[in-house]
Amino acid sequence: MSNTADMPPAEHSQTPVIPPVAPTSQHHDEPEKSLITKIMTGNGLVSVLAIFLSLVVGAILIAFTDERVTSTASYFFSRPADMLTAIWDSVSEAYIALFQSSIINTSAASFSDAIYPLTETLTIATPLIFAGLGVALAFRVGLFNIGAQGQIILGATLAGWVGFTLDLPVGIHLIVAVLAGIIGGAIWGGIAGFLKARRGAHEVIVTIMLNYIAVYLLLYMLSTPAFQRPGSNNPLSEPVAESAAYPLMFGDSFRLHWGFVLALGAVAFTWWLLNRSTTGFEMRAVGANPVAAKTAGINVGRAYLLSMVIAGALAGLAGTAQILGTERSLSGGIAASFGFDAITVALLGRSNPIGTLFAGLLFGALRAGGVGMQANTGIPIDIVLVVQSFIVLFIAAPPLVRSIFRIGTSKPKNKKTATKAATGGAA
Amino acid sequence: MRNIKRKTGMAAAMLGISALVLTACGAAPEATPSGSASGSAPAGASDFTGCIVSDSGGFDDRSFNQSSYEGLMAAKKDLGINVKQAESKAATDFAPNLNAMVKGGCNLTVTVGFLLSDDTKKAAAANPDKHFAIVDDNAIDAKNVKPIIYDTAQAAFLAGYLAAGMTETGKVATYGGMNIPTVSIFMDGYADGVAYYNEKKSKDVKVLGWDVAKQSGTFTGDFDNQGKGKNTTVTFANEGADVIMPVAGPVGLGTMDAVKELNASGKNVKVIWVDADGFESLASGNQFVLSSVVKEMGQSVEDVVRSDVEGKFDSTPYVGTLENGGVALAPFHDFDSKVSDELKGELDALEADIISGAVKVESPSSPKTK
Repeated sequence: MSNTADMPPAEHSQTPVIPPVAPTSQHHDEPEKSLITKIMTGNGLVSVLAIFLSLVVGAILIAFTDERVTSTASYFFSRPADMLTAIWDSVSEAYIALFQSSIINTSAASFSDAIYPLTETLTIATPLIFAGLGVALAFRVGLFNIGAQGQIILGATLAGWVGFTLDLPVGIHLIVAVLAGIIGGAIWGGIAGFLKARRGAHEVIVTIMLNYIAVYLLLYMLSTPAFQRPGSNNPLSEPVAESAAYPLMFGDSFRLHWGFVLALGAVAFTWWLLNRSTTGFEMRAVGANPVAAKTAGINVGRAYLLSMVIAGALAGLAGTAQILGTERSLSGGIAASFGFDAITVALLGRSNPIGTLFAGLLFGALRAGGVGMQANTGIPIDIVLVVQSFIVLFIAAPPLVRSIFRIGTSKPKNKKTATKAATGGAA
Repeated sequence: MRNIKRKTGMAAAMLGISALVLTACGAAPEATPSGSASGSAPAGASDFTGCIVSDSGGFDDRSFNQSSYEGLMAAKKDLGINVKQAESKAATDFAPNLNAMVKGGCNLTVTVGFLLSDDTKKAAAANPDKHFAIVDDNAIDAKNVKPIIYDTAQAAFLAGYLAAGMTETGKVATYGGMNIPTVSIFMDGYADGVAYYNEKKSKDVKVLGWDVAKQSGTFTGDFDNQGKGKNTTVTFANEGADVIMPVAGPVGLGTMDAVKELNASGKNVKVIWVDADGFESLASGNQFVLSSVVKEMGQSVEDVVRSDVEGKFDSTPYVGTLENGGVALAPFHDFDSKVSDELKGELDALEADIISGAVKVESPSSPKTK
């Protein structure tokens, strides 16, 4: 996008001498960082308020698109109670359905029916947590990783191929398939990290392009007999072997699988990596100020490469949660929109592994609840997507607005706009 | 309908509030609610819940999701059944949506497209007392699942014959959205129809955009980007094709744009539309629609629902053919006077021959009868 973002790699890659552009970069890096830092690490209250405000906006949309409300609105002044009741009914019905389909079904006949929604939430949250961690980790190193989508696809493709082609003993098959998923994602993330570290190629551009390559690579693979089901020319693979699938946690009637526990493990690993390891310290230092980090003797290029490899591996795990967990067979839509939702999850989680966990759970709940809301009240699931988008908007907006305001008061800096554009793309 | 209304409503809602306030002065109606009207519904219809789960195209895809949805809505109107619908945004929504439908008390759930095949099979196995129907897929063999499929190649064969008979340049063209069987079956039939015409008449009409033997051809890569449809069409026209059949859902609207411009600049390019009768369904440019390869999805979905309401559900696949009217070549409308009586006669004879089996229409993507 702008010269700012391109600058760190160009300056810091492998040139030993302090580059002549240093003063400019100092100029530029400071404000940009504070903006990113604010969006990524703003306080928790902002997140909670953002969620609340988004639900309010959602309620308004639900109310004013409800037929009962619009019909009673025509005589609002002669009998206002009708419209108010209609608004209350439509909104409460919708949000009760959302709650009952995502947390606990209070009107269920049996215990398993009652907790089914909660297990659905955890199931849908699993890939979101994995991919969200990947995006969050890259954010902490100062990289906008827009490429989780492609990394998920590559991970799912490799894991799926191992799952339905190889014939391995129980246990080993799953491990090999998961490793294949990790490697697939790591390669895809690593390409962006490598280009950033060595050539200063902007990671936003590279990861977006890699997303397209991944999608079309998958579609191409699915057009070959090696990936299609025997006797069919549909772009749909065979299901992965039972031995390669994540075992279900609570039996056949629930979709929740052990991939969720692996996701919790990934949260712990990422937390440890960022907060307790030397590598993580170096990564955070690079994210905080690449120039200072370089001066302090940290290999900035290595931090970029490594963080993108790990971010890709985490997204690859999200791919395994899809292919080895819920979907079982490879199709063009295997990654859904999880790669992009992951950006929102990481933003909401303030790029912090624990925060990302909770943000992933919230988005899982919204998705699971949206399905029930759609089925039971006829409100389109788009409402949920609108709520999700507003959450990002409300989180991103205050610092953006403030930084835009500062452009007016201090020296004009074109860079701001560029950063905003990048964030906008992410949202 | 309610779903669609909501969607449009959502966009206009915020702007509409002010309008609401202005019109809010009307008189309040009587407080007694009116009973639900459901004409000549068969007994038990009001206890019957028919449901539908879309694939990721959504119910406004101007293609099989929309047609199937309209079929279910027609059943609601005609039979007075209850309906539920769930739109999938991605493959990950299929299983949750199906589960929500089953738990929501649906007697019959219609799923749309082969992507839902695995999930439908699973849901059907887990709920043997519920009925399912799946559109455009014949991979499930279960007592409570009815596949609804179409031998589209038969109607497309007629379209190919018609195109070959109408071309003035000796070149006709087709392209698809993606190279998947439900698309390529149109292109197979079309190209074979042209080949049959060449054989009968010793002509050499060329087909651009599809090679039956190699099963490869021109595809835009998605079902959204109308710009690609327009470019592809202009390219075909520049190569000399004057009858074009887009098999790409909304992307075909790009072809309509291109054809309007081409005809305005003096070229004579015609379109063969697919799925629905384009002359009826298109908003503009319908004077360039020579004919359409029609797939009566709405009708067949409604028929399946009706037979289930009447207690006559079975799992024998419904295969839409020229014989049962599930697929058809639409009327020529504006072109009626320009299609020679001779060609019309040949098409009628050809249709009879296909129905009787004298002329075999085969495509690798044709439904395989088990």
